[in-house]
Parts: sequence; structure tokens; C-alpha cells
Amino acid sequence: MAVATGTLQPILGAAEDDLVVRRNLAWKKFSRHRPALVGAVVLALLAFVAVFAKFLTPYDFAAIDPAWQGSPLAPGVHGHLLGTDEIGRDLLTRLMYGGRISLSLAITAMLIEVIVGTIIGAFAGYFGGWFDYALMRITDIFLSIPLLPLLLVLTGIVAAKSTKASLSFVTIAFIIGLLSWPTVARLVRGAFLSLREKEFAEAARAIGARNVSIIFRHLLPNAVGPITVQATLDIANIIILESTLSFLGFGIQPPTASWGSMLANAQETISEAPWVAVLPGLCIVITTLAINFMGDGLRDALDPNVE
Amino acid sequence: MLTYTVRRTLEAIPLLLLISMILFAILHAMPGGGLAAYAGNPHLTEADIERLRHNLGLDRPLYVQYFAWLVRLAHGDLGWSQLNSTPATEALLERLPATLELMVTSFIVSLSIGLTFGIFAAIRPYSIFDYFVTAFAFFGQSMPTFFLAFILQWLLAVNGIHLQGFGYRLDFQLPSAGNMSTDGGDFVDRVRHLVLPVATLALIQIATWSRFTRASMQEVLHTDYMRTAAAKGLPFMTILLKHGLKNGLMPVITIIALTIPFLIGGAVVTESIFAWPGMGRLFLTALGQQDFAVLQGYLVIIAVLVVFCNLLADLTYGWLDPRVRYD
Repeated sequence: MAVATGTLQPILGAAEDDLVVRRNLAWKKFSRHRPALVGAVVLALLAFVAVFAKFLTPYDFAAIDPAWQGSPLAPGVHGHLLGTDEIGRDLLTRLMYGGRISLSLAITAMLIEVIVGTIIGAFAGYFGGWFDYALMRITDIFLSIPLLPLLLVLTGIVAAKSTKASLSFVTIAFIIGLLSWPTVARLVRGAFLSLREKEFAEAARAIGARNVSIIFRHLLPNAVGPITVQATLDIANIIILESTLSFLGFGIQPPTASWGSMLANAQETISEAPWVAVLPGLCIVITTLAINFMGDGLRDALDPNVE
Repeated sequence: MLTYTVRRTLEAIPLLLLISMILFAILHAMPGGGLAAYAGNPHLTEADIERLRHNLGLDRPLYVQYFAWLVRLAHGDLGWSQLNSTPATEALLERLPATLELMVTSFIVSLSIGLTFGIFAAIRPYSIFDYFVTAFAFFGQSMPTFFLAFILQWLLAVNGIHLQGFGYRLDFQLPSAGNMSTDGGDFVDRVRHLVLPVATLALIQIATWSRFTRASMQEVLHTDYMRTAAAKGLPFMTILLKHGLKNGLMPVITIIALTIPFLIGGAVVTESIFAWPGMGRLFLTALGQQDFAVLQGYLVIIAVLVVFCNLLADLTYGWLDPRVRYD
């Protein structure tokens, strides 16, 4: 046994060295991708504002300025840099708090999606057999029912069942995460199907490593690249999904601000106060653009299939 | 090809059954179940609701209800729409033409523009046009449907474009709601109503499809057989059309089929903003008022639509690439 371990250890060691080399190379590639860098900087700024919103604005997100209660104030001075919304709340403040909700909801949902998807995909790809077959049928189902209508129905049901007036962002994040893991599971399964045939997987099996340890210690690090890319792009998709949901009135409810819910009433006020609708919309587009650029940079850097 | 077609078609049946089970289960989790719409009615007592539940067979075990529903479904009966006071099938089918008009038009528009963009970007990589397509694609992917619809509606329907100069006056304003004018509407009127909703839906599809087409074509353009064809002295257009497109567009079929569910989701949003009298808008109304049969019926119809499109894509793929038939 000792002899076998001795000869097999270099293979595992080489695989690990290879990972380090690839990581350094990936960083080099990513930092050369200019749109991705710009995206990362923009995102860092947005995250900073979202986290420290409380210290950056003198207003409360639900506070109504009686002076502008009847008619929204246009962007300018008057103490409200970006003006007020249709009932006199400071728009900049609401954008900051809205970003906080939209970003944290998207990240929470993404984490749920990635954790569930990775575990299920890894086991399916590694073990194959009936579990894999059942998983693929489940993904087929999820891919056949359009996500938005299903999400609308589910949030409607959960909201009707809950005793609270509106759903918390964590609940919505859970619903989104639990509906979108199949994409990640498919990706991870695909990666594991080829990884399990690799020499180092064979070596790990030969020295008697347990399946769970092979999956998470030896194979998973090699699939982190594509998972990271997918996770990044999914944050953008989830932001869009959440804002659509809130826009239609089934997600985040007022007075809590999310970029989507801020647009919910905007259709009526568009002629007199276009900024009330355009600004939150722009926030969504800027954020998702930044994330998509970053995701593209990560793909170039991490995906071995690209060049 | 025949065995492949039969096999694929048969495979779709268990999938549809599983989907129907899941949809049935989800909707029965709704508080009040099939009687949710009556729950808030002050004219109905608890005993009335119990009687309704019994008369409609909603007190039977769930699996019995499921099979009864399935049998009725097979006869085209989706149940009774409580809020429209019509059969749900009728309420939904009445809205189907408007939805199809919107989706098929935007599908054709985005297919022709998206593929053209992708192909030309692949032929001239890193040209100005290629950068334009890439930028456009990023923009389209980052744009929520409702915001795009909103901006288009605001700029071109609420405000419109009004230019004046050199003795001419240009007034361009599109209708902001509905699929035709109230007085009936001729062909031009209908097209004018279509422009904005179709543009909304198409822009996002174009973004996705042009990117995939570019990537796929790029791969094909660098293959050995393309070089061989060029070395033989074949004219560029022949190489591109006969060898390039045939191989390069195959993976795109799968992507197109995979984006159909998003097209349907996008249609819900677009119909809602442009007050388009389609199924998606009916679905949103039904959701707000818990019209059980319509919700269930809508989800079933779109799921069948998606499965059918996937099947169609699979069959097309199998027809174009014989290797697929033998896996």
C-alpha cells in the first residue's frame, strides 16, 4: 500500500501544482481583459454604496418629504440630488437601498443555486447510473417550464400562505435559487463526467480515498472555473429576474425599495416624472452590464475551452 | 430518421406527464386550492364552499383528482374560469392568436437579424461591425425586458419623434397599447401596433442569438474542410453557404430552442406593458385574482409549447446531422 501511495502521490501533487499554475495564468488573463476590469471596479463601487448606504445619505428610504408629496421633484439641488419619487421620497436614497436589496438578494439566490446545483451535479456526474438519469429528467422539466411564469405562481402561493404582509428578500432568494439550480447541476455534471476519467481521479481512487473526498477535494477544484463563470453571469440574470418580479408586483413590496419595485408605478408618471423610472432602470442596466463584462473576462480567464 | 423521430416523440410523453404532475401539485398547494377565487366572496358561507368542494370533486384524494383532470385535459377541458365565467380553454384560446402573432413575428425578426449579425461578425472578426455586434449583444443581455419596453413606449409612443426644419415636418408616433385600434384596424394599423412589442422581444433574442452564431461560425470557419474548400478555388459565397452555414448553424438550433422559455417569459412582461390582449396578460390577471383553471391551463399550454419546440429542434438537428440519430 505504501509503495502504491508513493508512486501515486506525484500524480496528485502534479495535479495540484497544475491548479496553482492555472490560477496565476487566469489572473493574468483577467487583468488584461479591460471591460472586465472596468466591470469589477463599477461593481465594487456599487457594492460599497449599497453596504454603506446608511452613512452616505441623510434620508430614510421610506421617509416622505412633505414639501414634494404631491408632485415629484426633478433632479437638481433642493436637498434631493436626484429628485424625489411620486410620493416625495428621496430618489438617491431609494436607489442606494434598492441596490442593497437587489444585490444581496441576487447573491443569496446565486449561492443557493450554486450550492444545490454543485452538490447534485457532482454526485450525478461522478456516480452516473439511475441518480444521473433521474437528475437529467428533473433538469428537462425545469427547462421546459418557463421560469418567469413559474416564479410568479410560486411567489404568489408563498405570499398567500405567509402571514406577513410581504415576502422578505430571503424568501424570494430561496424561491429563485431553488428554481434555477438545474443549469448549474447540468454544467457540473458535464465537468464531472470527464473529470472522473482523469488520471488523478484514478490515482485518488487507488490510494483508497473515499468518494466524497474525491468529489470535493480532488475533482471539484478543477470544475471551479466554469462554475464561477456561470455563477457570475447568473447574478446578472437573477437581478433581472427579481426586478421583473418586483416590477410586476410579486417580489419586493413597497415601502421597501428594490430597483424593480421602484419602477412598478412608473408607467403612470412617465410623462411628468421620467427620472423616477429611468434612474432605477439605468441602475439595473449598469449593474448587469458590469457583471456580464466581468463574467466574460472570467470566462476568458478560467474556461479551458476558450483559446 | 423514422425511428429517430418516433423515439424522440415517445420520449416527450413521459416528460409531459411529469410536468403535468408537478404543475398540478404546485397549484394545489395554493391556499384554497381550486376554490381560491371564492374565498373572499362575502355571499358564500363556509357551508356553500364545502358544498362546492364536494360537487366539484375537490374533496377526493389528490391522485384521483389528478387523473380526473388529466382525462378532462385529454378532451381539451381545462376547467371553469371562475372570473371570466367561461370555460378556461375558451378564455385561453381566445387570447392565443394575439400571443402567437407577437411571438412568431418577433421570432422571425430576431432570427433573421440575429443570424445575419452573427454570420457577418464571424466573417470579419475584430472589425467595427463585429465590435458593434458584441456591444449590442452585451447590452441586450443586460437589459430587463420591462425596462426596454418602458423606454421604447415612452420615447416612441408617449412622446414620439417630432422634427421640424427645411419646410418639412416629421411626426412619428406609434400606438402605446393594444394590438389594433378600437375601430377595427387595417393591416397598416396592426403593423404599427406590432412594432414596439416586437422590437422589445426581438432585441433581447437578437443579442443572444448573434453571439452564439458568431462563436459557432468562427469555429467552423477555421476548420480544415473550409480551408480545403478555399484551396480548391471555390468562390467565397459557395464555401460560406454550402459548407459554412450548414455546419455553423447547427449548434445555434439548440440555443434557439433553449431560449423559447425566455421568449415566453418576455412575452408576459411585454404584453403587460403594451396592454397586448394575449395569454400572458390573461395569466397575470388570473394570478392577481387566483383564477385557478386559467393559471393551470396557461402553464400547461406553455409547457407543451416548449416541449414541442424542443422536439422540433431535436428533429431538425437529427435531420441535418445524421450522427445525432445514433447516440
